[in-house]
Amino acid sequence: MSILKNPVVFTANRLRDGESVWLGASGVWVEDINAARVLRNETERDASQALADQADADNIVVEPYAIDVSAQDGVVAPLKFREQIRAAGPTVRLDLGKQAQTHASRAA
Amino acid sequence: MYRYDEFDREFVTSRVAQFRDQVERRVSGELSEDNFKPIRLQNGVYLQLHAYMLRVAIPYGTLNSRQMRMLAHIARTYDRDYGHFTTRQNIQFNWPKLTDIPDILEDLASVEMHAIQTSGNCIRNVTADHFAGASSDEIADPRPYAEILRQWSSNHPEFAFLPRKFKIAVIGAPHDRAAMQFHDIGLEMRRNAAGNLGVAVYIGGGLGRTPMVGKLVNDFVAEEDLLSYVEAILRVYNMNGRRDNKYKARIKILVHETGLDELKQSIDAEFERIRDGVLKLPDADVRSIEAYFAAPKFELLSDRSSLLEAAKADDKSFTRWVDRNVSAHKQSGYGIVTVALKSTGEAPGDASASQMDVLARLGEQYSFDELRISHEQNVILPHVRLDDLKAVYDDLVANGMAAPNAGLITDIIACPGLDYCALATARSIPVAQEIGERFADLDRQNEIGDLKLKISGCINACGHHHVGHIGILGVDRRGEELYQVTLGGSGDEHAAIGEIVGRGFSKDEISGAVETIVDTYLAKRLADDESFLDAYRRIGAAPFKEALYGPVAA
Repeated sequence: MSILKNPVVFTANRLRDGESVWLGASGVWVEDINAARVLRNETERDASQALADQADADNIVVEPYAIDVSAQDGVVAPLKFREQIRAAGPTVRLDLGKQAQTHASRAA
Repeated sequence: MYRYDEFDREFVTSRVAQFRDQVERRVSGELSEDNFKPIRLQNGVYLQLHAYMLRVAIPYGTLNSRQMRMLAHIARTYDRDYGHFTTRQNIQFNWPKLTDIPDILEDLASVEMHAIQTSGNCIRNVTADHFAGASSDEIADPRPYAEILRQWSSNHPEFAFLPRKFKIAVIGAPHDRAAMQFHDIGLEMRRNAAGNLGVAVYIGGGLGRTPMVGKLVNDFVAEEDLLSYVEAILRVYNMNGRRDNKYKARIKILVHETGLDELKQSIDAEFERIRDGVLKLPDADVRSIEAYFAAPKFELLSDRSSLLEAAKADDKSFTRWVDRNVSAHKQSGYGIVTVALKSTGEAPGDASASQMDVLARLGEQYSFDELRISHEQNVILPHVRLDDLKAVYDDLVANGMAAPNAGLITDIIACPGLDYCALATARSIPVAQEIGERFADLDRQNEIGDLKLKISGCINACGHHHVGHIGILGVDRRGEELYQVTLGGSGDEHAAIGEIVGRGFSKDEISGAVETIVDTYLAKRLADDESFLDAYRRIGAAPFKEALYGPVAA
């Protein structure tokens, strides 16, 4: 059971509405990356990979994949900028959608 | 404008029903993603970073008020209350649910619109000069030819799986407002010595990772041969274009690798073989399509409007808007209005549902029910009486669409970039917003004068950075956004591809770098009316490099 260089979480887009989702602690796909199941070793990652593949096969999500994150104090942050934007929403139109909440909580 | 006939209506309606069934089968699991993906793409549905995206075709950028109101309805009902007009005269909705898309397509079909062939390796939405049928320098309205090409290319069985996507643009004036020479096929309407209409044909233009200026392959193809000649080009490309490497699959690479002369021989041979076949255009057919685009019933007006002159005398802001955003119309007493969707702080090309409703109303009330979308991501009211300009302006002011910056440095075109797009490597919209804010002072913008600034968030160049007088390309360098600057590009009849000025800039540096470039131009220009592009062509890149990077060591 080797430890991963960086923790990972699984992500995909939900089939029906396209929403970005992450594989959550209870095996349910969640809309908030902070509720994602953080995987720190190969055994955990392989188990989640199987769950993600099954969700793909069950037509719940589309094309799941693992991303590197940092996870501290309940905050899960993707390492790649592209995935940071996927998690937080666009950096424009801050009056709308997920980015409005992200923006408001940062401003608070 | 063109109205669907029975064939068009049946084709679009049956496609909606077919796609509804396909979506149901995808959601139920009967179709896998591998099966479904090519189907959804053929219907304009992408899966982007945060959601699905639906790209709706606006053929040659022309639409009426009813259609614009339907776009507003879709934005309001199924999306997040806005849409994004693109550099291909389309509109994109950023947040539709897959399960709503069949209803959206049904709504679109009810106003004779669709999303077919807005993606995939097929002939895409045919684009045209957004001032078609209105501009004072026009030889003929290019839209009848564009419509004939649309009909021919829609569901063309032979060209449904080309080596790569294929884009056609048509212009009807010597001044190219449609970047015609940067399309797979560019058509410029001309009259020959006998006065007959036809087209000059350019092939192999394009942007993306290998930008190329289109090459003239035939300086006059007669009107009756339009479809036969274009079909001959497509057939030669379809047979010989590379399918082994998607980065070398566009016709521009075929032209480059084969050589124009040899390719022209193949095209001409195929053309000779088919020119007297079924594609020969009967004069009556062309004239009947042309009738759909007949000029509206203009009033006979003086070319000087005392109402306009009085309003200008009273209002400096209005005068400024008229000077930049109203262009010469072929009909005396009328003007062409550019509604710049480029207000400070806004995303280029974005319009809210209520703004779309306002535009629809203005089109209906003041422009013979006609609107246009430009590849520069603006909306055009093509036929406005000079007497009505003040009323139109006041309405635009009240609705946040009166940016008086058409053709100025803040009339930026920008792709959606990494904020939305799955292909992007860096953000575009925030860079456009920062530059817009830095140059917000209108006196300064007008002092700088004509300057086209274009931003792409990846090498695919949807933001046309290669043809920006100043072009910006966002790339990913070790996880950081980095912006490369090109200078001297141009998408008009003096087509040119911009040259990379030097090493790139971070996101924090890029708007400052643009300011350095502009300041250098202002210091070096010979006179106030020497444009940025003219000055660049005269002095070259060296002064700009020195200003950006310091003196070059001898």
